[in-house]
Amino acid sequence: MKAGSNLEKILEKGEFAVTGELGPPKGNDIEVIKKKAEHLRGNVDAINVTDNQTAVVRMSSIATCALLVQMGLEPVMQMVTRDRNRIAIQSDIFGATALGIKNMLCLSGDHQIFGNQKEAANVFDIDSIQLIQCVKAMRDEGTLLGGQEKIEGQVRLFIGAAANPFADPFEFRVVRLAKKVKAGVDFIQTQCIYDMDRFKEWMRMVTDRGLHEKVHILAGITPLKSGGMARYMAKNVAGITIPDKIIARMVKAKDAREEGMKICVEQIEELRQIKGVHGIHIMAIEWEEVVPEIVKRAGLLPRPKVSKN
Amino acid sequence: MIVGERKPLEEIRAMLDPYRKILILGCGECVSVCMAGGEKEVGILASQLRMLYKRQGREVEIGEVTLIRQCDREYIEPHLDKIYQADVVLSMACGVGVQFVGEVAGEEVIVLPALNTKFYGVNLEAGMWAERCAGCGDCVLDKTAGICPIARCAKRLLNGPCGGSQGGRCEINPEVECAWQLIHERLKARGQLELLEEIVPAKNWKPSLSGGPRKVIREDLRL
Repeated sequence: MKAGSNLEKILEKGEFAVTGELGPPKGNDIEVIKKKAEHLRGNVDAINVTDNQTAVVRMSSIATCALLVQMGLEPVMQMVTRDRNRIAIQSDIFGATALGIKNMLCLSGDHQIFGNQKEAANVFDIDSIQLIQCVKAMRDEGTLLGGQEKIEGQVRLFIGAAANPFADPFEFRVVRLAKKVKAGVDFIQTQCIYDMDRFKEWMRMVTDRGLHEKVHILAGITPLKSGGMARYMAKNVAGITIPDKIIARMVKAKDAREEGMKICVEQIEELRQIKGVHGIHIMAIEWEEVVPEIVKRAGLLPRPKVSKN
Repeated sequence: MIVGERKPLEEIRAMLDPYRKILILGCGECVSVCMAGGEKEVGILASQLRMLYKRQGREVEIGEVTLIRQCDREYIEPHLDKIYQADVVLSMACGVGVQFVGEVAGEEVIVLPALNTKFYGVNLEAGMWAERCAGCGDCVLDKTAGICPIARCAKRLLNGPCGGSQGGRCEINPEVECAWQLIHERLKARGQLELLEEIVPAKNWKPSLSGGPRKVIREDLRL
């Protein structure tokens, strides 16, 4: 075991994993976290905590993850390189692991132009692939990035990263995944999938290169709440494409939320059939309460139990 | 070249307010080529200020001089007399010129900037300039098909396009080309896509501004 996290054990056992996502509050209201977390408890194997997603200031991912650990839940700490240089990153990793965090997702992060501090300087001292290398060196070599300097204690982290099969250039997307694998990533969570044909094409390229045997791929899904949300996301969210037929279904639906759930369950069914997909990552953005129903309808309950040790 | 853009007239007027004898100092190099601070622009700004002061009924004397360049002592020194006669020097050079005229003239001389210094770039087409180099001090263009991801990727990524690259455009703005899309296309055309399979390790930023103000010393040229 690399980190001994619940997520790692489930994936290593060959079980189909389910992860969820929790966006921290835009402030320090712990009740928001508790409420969201309780919707996810028992329904997912680990909970991603976003790191100032879309560059909007929120409670730090590390602090939120530590609160989840206290609540007996397993977090996946997301970390972006937008806001931290390699000094802060490694220092935060020491702190995070000391607080009981065992999974980490390595990201570059959305540009600050999307957020609420548009005049900020960005950092980008290292990129997401170099961040994977950094965490791997800390865990497997017990050293800091690029150095011989030994770490006091042990950094045990199950290392994740993102992949977006819907970004361009398409043929590079599998190369980028291969680089992340080479850098030492253990699991991948993809951008939310609506264009199933393109995702399947990407997965075919992934399996052709044998990457599915080296990394666990969790397919990302985001339930749509309304026709308006579908249209908005298709038009405005960087790196997401939504086919017209899905938008049409959402727009026409009498009960949009029900339709959104149905689409999600259908997507899970389809994703489970794809070779190399080892789980799903449900990003129910500000709609965490829908997760139990989706997971139940998809037949993914109860979640498998693994030993604590 | 160093590309500059003149500050708005109102901002310039406000900084010149305390002074009665102004010397507008143009620069004949980069900012002349990018039409921001050469002889012609010195003339235009001087006329604008004269009209403004006339309307306000203020007596302000405005002199105009354009040097060959403001980043070399030998071109500044012949004009020191005029510089000393003015209450203030309004430099239309890049930030380098503004500072160096001050350094050469001495601390009594107030030199103010008329331009915002933007970047190292090229003239793409009439009236359009674009950034090409960030002066990071450790050139990587040999590895990136001659297209710089430090200057031209909003995240300064070194390992290929992020998830926000769509249709050749950057996530920050559809008018911005994705540098990594351009790199990918060029390497593909050259049959060198395998270069993108290699992981580029964390960059050494010591030679960049992060390492502190930089100096180049050539012992072979020193007296």
